[in-house]
Amino acid sequence: MSQIGTHELAKYPFLAEAGEYLRNAGLSLDHLGHSDWQPIVEKAYGRIVVATSGQIYDSQRFEKIDYDADEIDMEVLSFIVAIILLKSTNINTLARRFSLSEARRAEKHLENDLKQNKKVNFSLKIIQELFSIQVKVDNDEFLMSVPAYVQRAVHFHEKEWKLVNRRVSNGFVYLNAHETVRLIRTELGEYINSRIKSLDLPPLPESFVQRVNDLVELAKKFSETTYISSEYPPCVKHGIEVLEKGENLPHSGRFLLATYLLSKGQTVDQIAPLFKNAPDYNERTTKYQLEHISGSSGSGTKYQCPSCEKLRSESLCFATPDCDGIINPVQFGKKRKNP
Amino acid sequence: MIEKDVLLITSAFKEYYFNRFDLIHVPQRATEREFGYQKFNSGMTRHLVVKNDKELHLLLMKEVPSDVYCSNAYYTFPNLPMAEKDWKGADLIFDIDAKDLALPCRKDHTVFKCSSCDNHATEFQSQCTKCGSTKFETVSVGCKNCISESKKEVTKLVDMMTTDLNVSKEQIEVYFSGNEGFHLRVTNADYEQLGSQERADLVDYLMFNGAIPESFGIKRQDNSKSSLPTFDEKGWRGRVARKLFSSKSKAPKATREIIASGYSAFQVQLEEIKKTMGVRVDPKVTMDIHRIFRLEGSINSKSGLSKIQCTNLDSFDPFLEACLLGDDTVDIIADCPVQIRLKNKKFGPYHTERVSLPKYAAVYMLCKGLGNAV
Repeated sequence: MSQIGTHELAKYPFLAEAGEYLRNAGLSLDHLGHSDWQPIVEKAYGRIVVATSGQIYDSQRFEKIDYDADEIDMEVLSFIVAIILLKSTNINTLARRFSLSEARRAEKHLENDLKQNKKVNFSLKIIQELFSIQVKVDNDEFLMSVPAYVQRAVHFHEKEWKLVNRRVSNGFVYLNAHETVRLIRTELGEYINSRIKSLDLPPLPESFVQRVNDLVELAKKFSETTYISSEYPPCVKHGIEVLEKGENLPHSGRFLLATYLLSKGQTVDQIAPLFKNAPDYNERTTKYQLEHISGSSGSGTKYQCPSCEKLRSESLCFATPDCDGIINPVQFGKKRKNP
Repeated sequence: MIEKDVLLITSAFKEYYFNRFDLIHVPQRATEREFGYQKFNSGMTRHLVVKNDKELHLLLMKEVPSDVYCSNAYYTFPNLPMAEKDWKGADLIFDIDAKDLALPCRKDHTVFKCSSCDNHATEFQSQCTKCGSTKFETVSVGCKNCISESKKEVTKLVDMMTTDLNVSKEQIEVYFSGNEGFHLRVTNADYEQLGSQERADLVDYLMFNGAIPESFGIKRQDNSKSSLPTFDEKGWRGRVARKLFSSKSKAPKATREIIASGYSAFQVQLEEIKKTMGVRVDPKVTMDIHRIFRLEGSINSKSGLSKIQCTNLDSFDPFLEACLLGDDTVDIIADCPVQIRLKNKKFGPYHTERVSLPKYAAVYMLCKGLGNAV
C-alpha cells in the first residue's frame, strides 16, 4: 500500500507497514526489556482488557481526525505489543475477542474514511488488497458484486441483509459506507487474528511475563458455559409430535431430529425408535440413514444440525420467545455464565 | 417394476441411445464432473468419471440405464468418495417443475393409483373402491397448460438473471426436464464458487422470499416518513413499483393510498407479489452443490421422454420434440384412464385393455405405471 501515512497506521496498525514504521522509529523487538517499553506494555495490556470485555478500544477517537506524533507511536506500538502478549498467552479465546474488537475499531475508521472524499480511495484499497473485494463508488453509494455480497451477508441473520431486501442491479448490490465495512468485519477480525498466529515471538522480558500471566487469569472467565434448560427447541418438539401422531414428517424434518439428538449425545439405537410411527417406517433403512448421518458409516462425515435460517426456509421453524435469537437449534437453552 | 415391462422399456431406450449419439454429449469440463446412473429395480451407481462422448456412449450401450446423471459441481477427484472429491465449484442449476405450480388443471391429468391393488381412478377418493385401501400414489401425465405455465417461470427466471444478476443469455442453458418441467444451467465463473447458503439466498431473491416492507420504504413506525420506490428503479424495487402502480401517472395517488393503509397491509401485498411475480423454482435443487443432475440427451424414466435443450422456448413442444423413441407398434395392456397426447396424436383413455401403440406411447404408459407389457 503505497501512500500510506502514519495517521493511517494509527488507525490500522495491523497493516504490514507497521513493522516498517517500527524499524524507522529505531525500535527493535530485541530490547523489549528496556524501560522505554514499559508504558507501551501497560497501554497494550489495557487495550486487550478493553477489547476482550467486548468494548472497542479508543472509541472516543473516531470523530477526531488526526493523531499527533507521540500518539501515533503509542497507537502503533501498543498494538504490536498487544499481539506479542496475546501470542504468549497462547489462548485462542483471548486472541479472537481481541481481533474482533480491533476489527470493529478499524471498521469505524474505515467507515469514516469512506465518507470523506479524499480518503475514500485509500479505504477501498485496503478492502481490495487485504480481502480481494472490489468495491465501486457511485455518488455516495458503494457497489459490491452479488456473489461477493452474498458470501458475506449470509452470515448475518437480520432480514435486511437478505439479497431480496437490497437494491440490486446489473450484478451489483448497493450499500452505504456503514454496510460496506460491516460486511468485512469478520475478515478484518480473521486478518488480525492471523497476525497474532503468524507472529514470531521474541524472547520475553520479566515486565511482559507478568502481564501475560494476568491475561491467562483474565481468560478464565470466558471459558464456562452452562445449560439452563434441558427442553427441546420448538422445531424439534414439533417434529417429535408429528411422528408421535403417526403423521408424515418430511425428510428435512427427520434430518433435523436426527442431527439434533445426535448432537445432544443420543445414540443411533436411542433415536431409531422415534421413527417407528412414520407411515413408511423400515427399521433397517432408518438405522442405515441414522448411521450415515452420525458419520459411523458411509463417507464418515458427521452431519450438523441445520441452521434456524435453513429450517425457516423449509417451513420447519416454530420459533417461540424462548429461542431468544439463537441461530441453530442446538443452542436452545444454552446460556453463557459471563455474557 | 415387473420384469416384462423392464425388458420392453430397456430395449426401446437402447435403440434410442444407439441411434441418437448425435444428441448425447458430455457437458463442458466433463473430466471434473461426477457421473452416475440408475438401472430399473436397482440402486444408484455414482462417483464415476466419464471423460468424453465416446466413453459416455459406451456406458449407455453397455448398461442401458433407466436414468443418467452428472454433477453440476467440479471436483479435483470426481471418482473418489464425497469427502475426498475436493469440491472446486459448481454451475448454478434450477429446477422448475409443473407439479410445484399446483395449477387448477392438475386434477384433469392426475391418476390415483391404489398402492395395494393397482386400481386406477381419476378422482381423489378416501378409499379404494376395489380393495378399501387408503393409500394412493398419484401419477400425472403430460399437459400443455402445465408446460406453458412452466415456460413463463423460465422466462421470468432468465429475465431476472440477466437484468439483476448480470448473467448473459449465452451463459444460460434451458432444458426440458424429460417429464413435467424445465432445468436451467448457468455457467458463470462469478457464481460458481457460491456455497449452499449463498445459493439459498439467491433463490430467495428470485422467489421473492423474505422481503420486508422496510426495503420498499414502508416504515413500521412513523408512517408519515414512508415512501415507495419509483417506476424506473432497478431490481425488485422497480418491479414492485410497476406492479403496484400499473402506470406512472397513477403512482402518486396509489402511493398515498398504500402508505395510508399501513405496514401490515403492505406485508400482505408483498405476499401477493411473491405469488405472482416470484419465480417458482425448487430451492432444494439450487442449494445442493453436490447434486448429480439429469444429463442432457438422456431419457427420463418417469416418462420415456428425453431431457433436451430448448433453443426456442416459446415454440418448444416437449410432447413432440422430446418424444424420441421409436414408432414401430407394440402391444400392451393399457390402464390409462386419461387421454394422453404425444407427437400430435391422441391415445386413450384405456381401461385395462390390450392395445397396439407406437413404441413411444407404449413406453410412456409403462413408465408412468399406466400399463403393462404383454
